[in-house]
Amino acid sequence: MSADVLSLRMQLSYPRLALDVREELSLSGVTALFGPSGSGKSTLLRLIAGLETPRAGRIALGAAVWFDSRRGVNAPAHLRSVGFMFQDSRLFDHLSVRGNLEFADKRSARDAPGIAWQDVVATLDLEDLLERRSRSLSGGERQRVALARSLLSRPRLLMLDEPLSALDDKRKAEILPYLQRVPRHFGIPTIFVSHALDEIVQLAGSILVLAEGRVQAYGPTAEIVERLDLQPVTGRLEAGVLAPARVSGHDPRLALTHVDLDGQLLKMPIVRRLAVGEKIRLRIPARDVAVALSKPRGVSIRNVLAATIERIAVDDDSAFAEVFMTLRSARIRARLTRDAVEELRLTAGMPVFALIKSVSFDRRIV
Amino acid sequence: MILHEPGPLLLTLLLAASTTVILLVLGTPLAWWLTVTRSRLKPVVEAVTALPLVLPPTVLGFYLLVVMSPASPVGKLWVEATGEALTFSFSGLVAASVVYSLPFMVQPLASAFKTVGRAPMEAAASLRASPLNAFFTVAVPLSAQGFLTAVVLTFAHTVGEFGVVLMVGGNIPGRTKVVSIAVYEHVETLRYAEAHALSAGLALFAFCVLSIVYSFNRGFSVHVR
Repeated sequence: MSADVLSLRMQLSYPRLALDVREELSLSGVTALFGPSGSGKSTLLRLIAGLETPRAGRIALGAAVWFDSRRGVNAPAHLRSVGFMFQDSRLFDHLSVRGNLEFADKRSARDAPGIAWQDVVATLDLEDLLERRSRSLSGGERQRVALARSLLSRPRLLMLDEPLSALDDKRKAEILPYLQRVPRHFGIPTIFVSHALDEIVQLAGSILVLAEGRVQAYGPTAEIVERLDLQPVTGRLEAGVLAPARVSGHDPRLALTHVDLDGQLLKMPIVRRLAVGEKIRLRIPARDVAVALSKPRGVSIRNVLAATIERIAVDDDSAFAEVFMTLRSARIRARLTRDAVEELRLTAGMPVFALIKSVSFDRRIV
Repeated sequence: MILHEPGPLLLTLLLAASTTVILLVLGTPLAWWLTVTRSRLKPVVEAVTALPLVLPPTVLGFYLLVVMSPASPVGKLWVEATGEALTFSFSGLVAASVVYSLPFMVQPLASAFKTVGRAPMEAAASLRASPLNAFFTVAVPLSAQGFLTAVVLTFAHTVGEFGVVLMVGGNIPGRTKVVSIAVYEHVETLRYAEAHALSAGLALFAFCVLSIVYSFNRGFSVHVR
């Protein structure tokens, strides 16, 4: 599917939120809408879906103008091609699972390509649930049905409003694979709201960072996660890198997974569901990386990578400096004290060793 | 006249059924409006809707009589349209009952709609259902119990009404002589056997209806609020 452009220009003022967003989103794959709670993420989705109305602005998907305050255009929600999956799933409790799906199916353009009933039911493993009352489902099952229902409305744009936030970790792990599979399988551009970075790095190709109702950054996930200036805004977003890597093998005896990062070996706690050869993204938080001038011996840290310092960003107001290093093409970033940078006389171009604690590979973010 | 000289019991059932159907049609949109509106008029409309609950039937009946009398614009219009006066007629009785029983239809419905809330309606809109379509396919089925409560209460309340009927309809056999009036008349004229027959019949009927409703709705009660 070609990338549609979602053109957003809108202002809105609520007692506790002033929203002012101007952005052109090139929609392909999954875009994450990220920000602290109260930053306006959900409101932004609701505005796009037509569930709320901005004070002024313009909202358009490709050639379809949904809202334009100057021309008096305000398409009602049911005429916008948006599939909306709510945090609380909002299944219709008076209908069975099948009834819920049929509700969407019979109202949507069935000739829209790519989304067939059978395919949706199979992809989300709903065969056995079809005749159940929606009231009798578990939280994870409800979200699966809600996702299927949104798909069957055959939208041009799928929006997921914190679909995992109401679930416990076990249920999250259950749903996550479906969320990963669906946008790609059905080729529907997806916007995904989350305030959990570990979810985003798994799902999203690009991130839009929102804080206090304004766009702070928008770009490819790997790039945004690396950016230093977002730290205060993103709160729980830790500075770090997302490094593309490849699974090279498992060591069941020591419960380790071996990963190839630019030709160098990394060991991390075993993730059995990863296949050998599979491409993954590793998140390496800057503060879990240390720097040594020579290859250390007698150290408990298992992951030592040869790298070259690319540049050093020093923050004069704090005790810290960020050291950016490259391997061959992958980048690593370390958060050191300025004291350490001075004493080791670190400068750009210097060959060093990056020490990474194994534990810094969070298996959930792979 | 729908039937030739129907007895008090049949007349009562006809009155209650017509009132319920009319109120279902009028009360449903009103209850929905009260649930979703942000208008400043809402409290005023709510107060007017609840007025029949607090006013003595005689006050209500008096004003209804004034409005329906052929001398008033409304009553005059009715006479011109139908050739019949609204006062002391079955139609007048239905009109009066609609006003008198209004809160018994609107309040359970409004509270059911409020329980349904915006969430399922938003979900329906996101699944391409127009507001009207979403109302009938989502809000109404989710409010089924509210509808049952409203219908039962409206019907029962109309069956049990006395004061307004007496004021507006009088006591004309086959036209306005409903059970409650007939019982009153029997007692006044000391015909206790007839009074017993009618009263017991009505009590038994009410008991059966409520029992059936309750057994269909375990854990749910029929009351106004």
